Amino acid sequence: MTYPVSTTQNSLAISISGSGGTGAVTVGLILLEAVAKAGFYGVMTRSFGPQIRGGESAVMLNLSDQPIETLAEFSHIHLALDWLKFERFADEIPLTQDSLVIYDNSREKPPGLVETSGAKLIGIALQNAVKTVKDSRMNMFALGVLAQQIGLNSMSIEAALKKTLGKKGDAVIHSSLEAIQAGRQLISDSYYAVLSNWQPTHQPRWNISGNEACGLGVLRGGLKLAAAYPITPATDIVEYLAPRIEKLGGRVLVAEDELAAMNMVIGGSFGGLPSMTATSGPGFSLMTEAMGLAIASETPALVVTVMRGGPSTGIPTKSEQTDLNQVLYGFHGEAPHVVIAPLNVQEMVTISQWSLGLAEALQTLVVEVSDQHLGQSRVIIDPIPPVDFKLKRLLPAATSSDYQRYQLTQEAVSPIAWPGTPDTQYTADGLEHTETGKPSSAAKDHQQQLAKRAQKTTQFDYGERWAKLTEIENSTRMVITWGSSYEAVRAAVETLNQQGERISLLGLRLLMPLQTQKIQALTQGKAIMVVEQNASGQLFHYLLSDNAIPQNSQSIAEAGPILFKPSTVHAALTDCLETLK
Amino acid sequence: MTHASQTPLEKIAIKTVKPTEYLSNVHPVWCPGCGHFFILRALTKALAWLKLPKEQIGLVSGIGCSSRLPAYLNVYGFHGVHGRALALASGLKANRPDLTVLVAGGDGDGYSIGGNHFIHACRRNMDMTYIVMDNEVYGMTKGQPSPTTPSEWQSKLTPNGIGVARFNPLGIALAAGASFIARGFSGDPNGLTKLITEAIQHKGFSLIEIKSPCVTFRPEEKEWQKSMRSLNISPSSNPAEAAKAIYSSDGFDTGIFYQADLPIYEPSNTPCDAPADTLAEIEKDLSV
Repeated sequence: MTYPVSTTQNSLAISISGSGGTGAVTVGLILLEAVAKAGFYGVMTRSFGPQIRGGESAVMLNLSDQPIETLAEFSHIHLALDWLKFERFADEIPLTQDSLVIYDNSREKPPGLVETSGAKLIGIALQNAVKTVKDSRMNMFALGVLAQQIGLNSMSIEAALKKTLGKKGDAVIHSSLEAIQAGRQLISDSYYAVLSNWQPTHQPRWNISGNEACGLGVLRGGLKLAAAYPITPATDIVEYLAPRIEKLGGRVLVAEDELAAMNMVIGGSFGGLPSMTATSGPGFSLMTEAMGLAIASETPALVVTVMRGGPSTGIPTKSEQTDLNQVLYGFHGEAPHVVIAPLNVQEMVTISQWSLGLAEALQTLVVEVSDQHLGQSRVIIDPIPPVDFKLKRLLPAATSSDYQRYQLTQEAVSPIAWPGTPDTQYTADGLEHTETGKPSSAAKDHQQQLAKRAQKTTQFDYGERWAKLTEIENSTRMVITWGSSYEAVRAAVETLNQQGERISLLGLRLLMPLQTQKIQALTQGKAIMVVEQNASGQLFHYLLSDNAIPQNSQSIAEAGPILFKPSTVHAALTDCLETLK
Repeated sequence: MTHASQTPLEKIAIKTVKPTEYLSNVHPVWCPGCGHFFILRALTKALAWLKLPKEQIGLVSGIGCSSRLPAYLNVYGFHGVHGRALALASGLKANRPDLTVLVAGGDGDGYSIGGNHFIHACRRNMDMTYIVMDNEVYGMTKGQPSPTTPSEWQSKLTPNGIGVARFNPLGIALAAGASFIARGFSGDPNGLTKLITEAIQHKGFSLIEIKSPCVTFRPEEKEWQKSMRSLNISPSSNPAEAAKAIYSSDGFDTGIFYQADLPIYEPSNTPCDAPADTLAEIEKDLSV
């Protein structure tokens, strides 16, 4: 079985690369917004070299007339503003004989790997063009070239330009528009002018990144404090929150380090208001001691971790689903907590709100796991309707006498007092304690409180959101996956099913407490394949160790940072299916 | 600015709020004769004198003998992890500026493992009071040298002394931007009560470094009683003068070395329940 190039969905892939300062990313941002304004959808991922500024960068867009989050199999059009270190992107920007490569012919020649790809090459005099329009920049001519090649109307480009560069003033807009118009004339033929054949929508849509979606979700959930230390690729979440949370009565605290950030979250939450931090692997490592404090003291806390290549500094700018073991097991002592991973950008808003709500309602640590791919992908989606989860802190009854902060209750959740309320003073403690909060090393207190902290997370009814199930009737095979792998896996499974297979798909969101019995019920009698983007198969081994899946299940695990494409998953699943026959 | 001399200590006895009302029913784990008992007493006296409602106090600590303090008071307390009390307290104060935030800990907790947070808490100058119960030793782990232990002091861990010069917490606090810097002595309950009262009343980050003998692991500290004396100068708001006073002191002067009106870091505090249309406004920015 080979992967079919034309799928059920119209799509068009464009990539743009250039060294720092050429404005490749700006072209991508404006193009995505313009395509959205024209009535379509799209996803844009980015790839950077290690330099902060001045390094090479590339953007990859996959455009469609329907919502889309999967990466393209190859670029229909690649535009190179220059060829600096293009080899670094070769794996991320596949070129085929169906690709059209446009480059500036006044500079260096295309590298050998572009020549040998069989792509159609068109050199244009981009640098000379800049001289024809006063105060213009090369990337705006490139934008005009691309608009013309894909059949994108001028009205949408103009509106997107004004939204994206409006702050730079009228003069910049004017010269940019002139450059875009001139760019449209640089190539006489339009090779992929497909947008005019697509059916546009006139419904409202959002242009949002995964990290922004996370920020919006926690704002919807009533977040009042975000305390954080800068770390790639999580900082965007806090940068999204900073100017907005103040309008909603909240605040951002810039911590001196991750140790402080996590403790600030606990302090802010002890004050009675929903609090969170955002970090990535190395920062998460520094926070784990205090996360244990949130668990032991039963203080609600949300930690969003945006995974990147590891270990150590690893690859800060690229994605890998490599910290599952860390978020599950990275604690000392018995530390029951909740781990949730959204499956795509589109559900990031609601799942982030849910995560914060669960921290509040269960009075414990909730870790929401995202990664660089989900966090920094920008997508056009239909607006996400608000949800009222009704997940709140349990406060003591107004007339409570003999208040006990860590009282053993049926639900194992005890009322948490709001500081400032008379007669319910208590001391929250990371030391083991009695029901009143008094430090205790007695075996009975330890066993009771340990059980209480575990039970409140395991007894809770998480409802249908624990996983996303696509069940195929009479299917004898199931693929299980999580996080950013989901979209590529979903597309690959759909293709396989069109090719005659009968494979069900389970995307796990709630990773701790593991819903073992539910997974067992779904996987019984089926051949199971677990797909994830890390080297050792962390989810696979986790599911296996709890007997959630049969011992003969198959692991498809591949290290990052090359993101899964539907075809790579399709090929791996096809191989796996062969061994099952 | 309030000066120590203006606090009418003699009036404490006739106030209707009793210091014992601030105590919980948990008995301290401290050794008999520990200096910390006197600090607990002075703190409850100061709270009673200020007539602070118990429920309006947030008391945060780290780990160590002194960090056990929150359990002994009937206020909203948090006994956290080692060294991070100031960070936790900063989060609390950010979300709840209406609370009186007190932070307690020892020399190891605050100056060693928590050193970075100490610097940045001083720098933020949020309105809170940091009570360091400095016994120049790690007591809970049974006698190891801390950043304030004399270099030559011998222990099981450092048979020849730690061989590293002690550091000057008051000097660091001044350099880092704290706006109230004082030294107290557990053996001077009245003077200490005054200092704590002043520190709580001060708007900004207040450090009170309290010398508190560890009778078990540093019995020689019982001799401190003989050397401690009141600072014979009034608090300066000039950092250069304060630095001179701090660096010319032999460590036995008690009183306020520095008190200044410095900008306080107060994160945004608009009303908690903002109108729902604000969120709608924020979401509108996402529209294509």
